[in-house]
Amino acid sequence: MTSQVSSPAEQADGAGESVVGEQRTPPRPAGGGKEIRRLDRVIIRFAGDSGDGMQLTGDRFTSETASFGNDLSTLPNFPAEIRAPAGTLPGVSSFQLHFADHDILTPGDAPNVLVAMNPAALKANIADVPRGAEIIINTDEFTKRPMAKVGYETSPLEDGSLSAYNIHPVPLTTLTVEALKDFGLSRKEAERSKNMFALGLLSWMYHRPTEGTEAFLRSKFAKKPDIAEANVTAFRAGWNFGETTEDFAVSYEVAPATRAFPTGTYRNISGNLALAYGLIAAGQQADLPLYLGSYPITPASDILHELSKHKNFGVRTFQAEDEIAGIGAALGAAFGGALAVTTTSGPGVALKSETIGLAVSLELPLLIVDIQRGGPSTGLPTKTEQADLLQAMYGRNGEAPVPIVAPRTPADCFDAALDAARIALTYRTPVFLLSDGYLANGSEPWRIPEVADLPDLRTRFATAPNHTLADGTEVFWPYKRDPETLARPWAVPGTPGLEHRIGGIEKHDGSGNISYDPANHDFMVRTRQAKIDGITVPDVEVDDPDGARTLVLGWGSTYGPITAAVRRLRAAGLPVAQTHLRHLNPFPRNLGDVLARFDKVVVPEMNLGQLATLIRAKYLVDAQSYNQVNGMPFKAEQLATVLKEAIND
Amino acid sequence: MTDVTDAPTPSLLSLVPKAPAKQSMKDFKSDQEVRWCPGCGDYAVLAAVQGFMPELGLAKENIVFVSGIGCSSRFPYYMNTYGMHSIHGRAPAIATGLATSRRDLSVWVVTGDGDALSIGGNHLIHALRRNVNLKILLFNNRIYGLTKGQYSPTSELGKITKSTPMGSLDAPFNPVSLALGAEASFVARTVDSDRKHLTEVLRQAADHQGTALIEIYQNCNIFNDGAFEVLKDQEQAQEAVIRLEHGRPIRFGADGHKGVVRDQATGDLEVVAVTPENEARILVHDAHAASPTTAFALSRLADPDTLHQTPIGVFRDIDRPVYDTLMTDQLDTAVDQRGKGDLTTLLTGNDTWTVVG
Repeated sequence: MTSQVSSPAEQADGAGESVVGEQRTPPRPAGGGKEIRRLDRVIIRFAGDSGDGMQLTGDRFTSETASFGNDLSTLPNFPAEIRAPAGTLPGVSSFQLHFADHDILTPGDAPNVLVAMNPAALKANIADVPRGAEIIINTDEFTKRPMAKVGYETSPLEDGSLSAYNIHPVPLTTLTVEALKDFGLSRKEAERSKNMFALGLLSWMYHRPTEGTEAFLRSKFAKKPDIAEANVTAFRAGWNFGETTEDFAVSYEVAPATRAFPTGTYRNISGNLALAYGLIAAGQQADLPLYLGSYPITPASDILHELSKHKNFGVRTFQAEDEIAGIGAALGAAFGGALAVTTTSGPGVALKSETIGLAVSLELPLLIVDIQRGGPSTGLPTKTEQADLLQAMYGRNGEAPVPIVAPRTPADCFDAALDAARIALTYRTPVFLLSDGYLANGSEPWRIPEVADLPDLRTRFATAPNHTLADGTEVFWPYKRDPETLARPWAVPGTPGLEHRIGGIEKHDGSGNISYDPANHDFMVRTRQAKIDGITVPDVEVDDPDGARTLVLGWGSTYGPITAAVRRLRAAGLPVAQTHLRHLNPFPRNLGDVLARFDKVVVPEMNLGQLATLIRAKYLVDAQSYNQVNGMPFKAEQLATVLKEAIND
Repeated sequence: MTDVTDAPTPSLLSLVPKAPAKQSMKDFKSDQEVRWCPGCGDYAVLAAVQGFMPELGLAKENIVFVSGIGCSSRFPYYMNTYGMHSIHGRAPAIATGLATSRRDLSVWVVTGDGDALSIGGNHLIHALRRNVNLKILLFNNRIYGLTKGQYSPTSELGKITKSTPMGSLDAPFNPVSLALGAEASFVARTVDSDRKHLTEVLRQAADHQGTALIEIYQNCNIFNDGAFEVLKDQEQAQEAVIRLEHGRPIRFGADGHKGVVRDQATGDLEVVAVTPENEARILVHDAHAASPTTAFALSRLADPDTLHQTPIGVFRDIDRPVYDTLMTDQLDTAVDQRGKGDLTTLLTGNDTWTVVG
């Protein structure tokens, strides 16, 4: 999913009914006599207990794949419990990875390969696996009790229920324990390496480089060299098992996606990491110290963790006593002249609302990062949703407009953070950065930008009086605005002669003194709104090669699935136009004209129609909503079907 | 990380730039009309603070007053320094962000009993335990003034107010006990009308490294008039007020005829009539004691209803690591260990591949 590239429309992302992607070359035997097939893309899902290390396994396979040069997109999916009861359906954790020799946009709709570490993992995932797909099953766990726990009365390995699939029964646990018998580990300790055995096997199947994983294990367990070597041994044993056993007759090659990527240096990056880097870069580009006030919350905590590692950039991270103190400290730092940030998810935004309103009134720069998750209330902490849009837009008392910026892919979180900082600093306003769980944890290749190409975000503090009273006295007026941006001056403590007091009470235009005057309040409310409405954001671009009558409009993380669906439709000869919003407040100036050009506007969202509501209200366009709130991203095929109906309707 | 040693720390005030010239009280008065009710105790506190500030000799542009919501929270508007009148209860959190990011500032929090102990109780206790370099002035009038007279978390049990016509049901907080329990490194109590005492407490608080909490008994002459009269009336005060002075025996009453001793059996404190026999047992106040136990016991001497035996002065003033200093030290250490951060290196990471056109 390379956001930098617009790829050929005919490359339908994840298209095709077949189990495995298109074969690029005829089968050929490998040196060892085994057949090697070339594929254009593969979707693998690792599934196991939440204690089985499936996320780590997926991460490692992703790293191997990234360093090999494939395009890729990932979908980690795990329960909110740290260790749900072992062997149960709610305890299943999975990691899906889509990789290809071309530009792809999503983690894929359905896996070509499922690795099921236990009966629960099989049961929880089998419905997503198309017939003919390969399933690698850890047979050691298919004993009576674990099967009964998830309602298998007979063994699916024996009762024929899996006959439509290409099953590879592998006693993963036994093989791992056997491979580690010389390590003097207890059986339980040895068993824990079975995920590395599985990773070794899959690495063999797909010709992944292995040095990275071995180096990773040695560094991760640097303080426990025995455990490091045991894991490396299990990993190699898995590889060797694939190479020697007859059950695995074929291995697959997916060539690097050289044509999909522009020239440059790449790395794999998750949304939360890209966002954290974007914040650090924004601080550097603004030449301001970065200050994060935050309270841990899923799925935003990783940004706090990451930023706390980079103190040598002058980054201050403050883990507050609660969400309110997190944003409070950030606002205090903003008053002092820092690039201030608070990170949270939906429930945290609810708690921060009053302080966001204060920031609107104080007109200080502040970034509010909301990694959206399923709601309402605690909702689905580890699942994705886009249902905080209206909360970001309207969730405060009074007229309290706040700009909203939404990244579209994991790597795009970097650019979106810089953009949000630009708006906050230029207009002296709090800004919402709306990411979500899917972007936060998903990853993709990222072309590492040249620092010299990053935007210059430097801003000016006020240094001198800006107003002359009738008697000729030179004074500082904290609410005397820049006529162009309507931004007020940012005078930080320590600046002599500019001592001033600001607060949440309505203040007089210009002087900033407390004012209850009705006409002044009316003026200030309208001026604050006008400032936000006047923010410069780029026009939306419309991708419409065929002169379509139907437009699909999205925002945020639905970019991948929507674009993949659009490619499919175009490949099938159905014209459809696409546009995607990064700026939700204010909307791009040309959006109204764009919407008016089409007969039909379809808005897919992972909520019950929040953008559609805004669009209908503002532009009087009969936008059709298509919604999904199951905690998962859209699937490309599902969107393609919906859009097809809309086009043909 | 810093080594925490016994070596005397240089005053954190030395990080705040000094005023180029001698200041007067007038320099700290803003041009805003003061809008408290006539006769409000807040006026006296404002005058005491404005009168004290020149003594610190700090550049006034490096002084910031941050407040929450309530009558006392209008305070920053009247100080000709930087200031923020924020939202209800959140001033300690906002001031924490400011103080931890700008060590060249002298940051003061102005709050009240409702603001600090009810809606903002969480922020107060966490600021105290962190020991952020803040000076918190807690105006305690034992009533909600700005919302026109409901009981507060320091009101005495059974208080008849608009919201409690049959008497309040909840036991009050003792702010000094609370602060000590929250690991505060500096806790003092003073009275609005005693300018000399108030100023002396401000002086010690300003000199303290870390969070200083000053509870100021403040009269609300509209909704709770005379709440502290027993501590102010010349005749009654002598018997009601226990003046704490570091290094001095804790005695009060006419000619110091009463004193505080430790009960040998329970370890608790009690007030006794001083006699030649027990005079040697009179407790000598040690504000610098490492353990907060005795300070806490002192805070419990006052009767919450009558305010008899109310200690005022500095209960506790100890040195312990200051959050903002530790935070800055970590930043410095990170630079020492890894060098100043380089953005290109960070963005590149360790695992890259190159696509050649």
